[in-house]
Amino acid sequence: MSAIYRNLLGGRSGLIGLAILAGLILLVLPALLDIFRLNLVGKYLTYAFVAVGLVLCWGYGGILSLGQGVFFGLGGYCMAMFLKLEASDPQSTAIQTTPGIPDFMDWNQITALPWFWEPFNNLGFTLLAVLVVPTVFAYLIGLAMFKRRVGGVYFAIITQVIAAIVTILIVGQQGYTGGINGITDLKTLGGWDIRTDSAKYILYYVNALLLLGCILIGRYITTSKFGRLLLAMRDKEDRVRFSGYDVADFKIFVFCVGALFSAIGGAMFTLQVGFMSPSFVGIVPSIEMVIYTAVGGRLSLLGAVYGTLLVNAGKTAFSESFPELWLFLMGGLFIAVVMFFPNGLAGIYEKYIQPYLSLRYFRKRTPSAPPPATAKRSASSSGGLTPSALPGATGRVMKNQES
Amino acid sequence: MKQHAFISGWRRSLVLAVGLCFAAASQSFAAPTTAQVNTTGLAVTDKEVTVGILHSLTGTMSISETGSVEAEKLAIEQINKMGGILGRQIKIVQEDGASDWPTFAEKSKKLLVQDKVATVFGCWTSASRKAVLPVFEKENGLLYYPTFYEGLEQSKNVIYTGQEATQQILAGLDWVAKEKNAKTFYLIGSDYIWPRTSMKIARKHIENVLKGKVVGEEYAPLGHTQFGSVINKIKLKKPDVIYAAVVGGSNVAWFKQLKAAGITGAKQTLLTISVTEDEVLGIGGENLVGFYSAMKYFQSLDNPNNAAFVKAFKERWGADSVMGDVTQAAYLGPWLWKAAVEKAGSFDVSKVAAASPGIELKTAPEGYVKVHPNHHLWSKARIGQWKADGQVKLVYESALIEPNPFPAGYQ
Repeated sequence: MSAIYRNLLGGRSGLIGLAILAGLILLVLPALLDIFRLNLVGKYLTYAFVAVGLVLCWGYGGILSLGQGVFFGLGGYCMAMFLKLEASDPQSTAIQTTPGIPDFMDWNQITALPWFWEPFNNLGFTLLAVLVVPTVFAYLIGLAMFKRRVGGVYFAIITQVIAAIVTILIVGQQGYTGGINGITDLKTLGGWDIRTDSAKYILYYVNALLLLGCILIGRYITTSKFGRLLLAMRDKEDRVRFSGYDVADFKIFVFCVGALFSAIGGAMFTLQVGFMSPSFVGIVPSIEMVIYTAVGGRLSLLGAVYGTLLVNAGKTAFSESFPELWLFLMGGLFIAVVMFFPNGLAGIYEKYIQPYLSLRYFRKRTPSAPPPATAKRSASSSGGLTPSALPGATGRVMKNQES
Repeated sequence: MKQHAFISGWRRSLVLAVGLCFAAASQSFAAPTTAQVNTTGLAVTDKEVTVGILHSLTGTMSISETGSVEAEKLAIEQINKMGGILGRQIKIVQEDGASDWPTFAEKSKKLLVQDKVATVFGCWTSASRKAVLPVFEKENGLLYYPTFYEGLEQSKNVIYTGQEATQQILAGLDWVAKEKNAKTFYLIGSDYIWPRTSMKIARKHIENVLKGKVVGEEYAPLGHTQFGSVINKIKLKKPDVIYAAVVGGSNVAWFKQLKAAGITGAKQTLLTISVTEDEVLGIGGENLVGFYSAMKYFQSLDNPNNAAFVKAFKERWGADSVMGDVTQAAYLGPWLWKAAVEKAGSFDVSKVAAASPGIELKTAPEGYVKVHPNHHLWSKARIGQWKADGQVKLVYESALIEPNPFPAGYQ
């Protein structure tokens, strides 16, 4: 019981952080926002899955992936294929040359459903595919890269290339994938209309609970021995390797977890937004997802969620108020974050708010543990925040990224 | 002052138009009450009606879409000067689609659900239209879509003011087959739904109707800039006609490399369905001299409506502005909506959509258009030959062509 309290929930302040986030997305936002805005928040929260995955890969594992959009997209496409097949029943596609197949296939002179679309008639298979396909893909990439000790900048570049390749593949094979238009006009899930307001509420809550689940899993990983090894590996990979650990296996594992989270986000995105397109797969969205994590603070699972919400809310608000200027405002925001708050929102919290709160409400924590342990405990105890007690920690992380 | 002169030009040609009578009448009689003209909770007050404009102001598509925004704003300003619609001034809420299809979907939903706009003028690419279509159908909004496109679509919530594929393609192919005695065709396009569908229609027409031969069909990825291998194949096959639907930035590379390879308008017939005056700005007229475009509108059309439109547009948006096919089609949107609202006597989307078929616009810069029951426009096909100054010499003009988004025998 106390192990669960300590590792899963992250102790007292971790629990409070989680409770605040849960209260915000489960109670406050639904109470304050109308369904249109809430649906937008739901959309943002699907990106938060990717950001949470990136905290594990990048913040803890030191693996900067600039291709998380691929996994987001694969999850989303798997879901979209099922929904599209359901929307393409012979009655509603009677106008086509070949009724019963998705409309974009008909436009591309395809006359029969391709074999790899067939299994997506089955909801069970689809849900499994949402989880398995991206994870297996990540596993293969990880196997090919990490076993050969490709890392750092080279890995980042390769993930970017993969994102570009997958986009080109999807756009080029439009008869099978819907091309640049993506898979659109999705209506029902097993006969349940996903476009109604009540469905949107339900999907929002399913999404929010899944996200909280992912955060718990993430926290469990970071507070376990494995999490400590990840940090050690990030800061001094050779030392871990010489201690007898297979570094590549750890990296593959955490990369797969990141992919799995992203895929869940992608599938929830498709359900809530009603379509999927290659514009979430490519390089630009993948980098944007890294920005969410950076704004939130890359060592903070909760910060990643706030970062995602803040950036996307800013995007929507700026573009509604200043349709011709909003990109400059967003650019300004990013520059400001990088210049003044290199540890993101979590850094602000930790530097200014937490000391104040600790003084007022919490017992003083016992200081002076050896650095990696402090890093780990502090990360878990404050909802995964960078240790302020560790001058130079940021510098070391940065250096590690560059090397 | 100049604006005023333009409007009086309008008046002369619009003697019979209901709208103008109303504009005059609205000064002396009270406008219909809001409760009468708005039964579905749209953003209509006694003084104002709110509409949305949804185009890309940022991103790769902003170059193309800016012209549409300008045309729509110009039309709305002109309508407001004439007294508005049903006695109400039109207020614009503008949103940026950011060349990003999900953003289009988000913003269209915002316009319909939050702003409750009476109609939306917007979208450019097929992908953006496909992204917003479910939103418009679900929320029962009305969209005026300006771009020539692939057809295969018909929605009660969309009025398509550009040409669908058969309108643009068939007459052009007939002309080139007859005029240039063309038998062999080489098809090339960018790789997405519009060029592919267009080429499918073109191939069927060439093979089945014209009894010609397609000697090559190629698609380049969007944004592609290396056309060397395609150009070599063209040189080997020596087609009578190169039939092109290359879009966006690729166009610049495509035409410059053609010229560099010695394929020029003097030696080779090339007919494109994707180059308007807007694109020529980027490509450079000198790279296109002698090639042909098939469109429904060119800036150089010689008629009084167009002279007034070009003059007003340049006064409003600068003397350097050019007006392409889509810009003109976007300009039609607010006028068609005005006519439909006045015919329906209501802003309700269902009533306006129902009133739209049969609406005529005798004042259109392209000449005369009429809304078909399938929500597309009757329009003419025209072929222009490019000159070095970036304008065309009109070489062919068809009769009015009936829109047919689901052409039998071409699917």
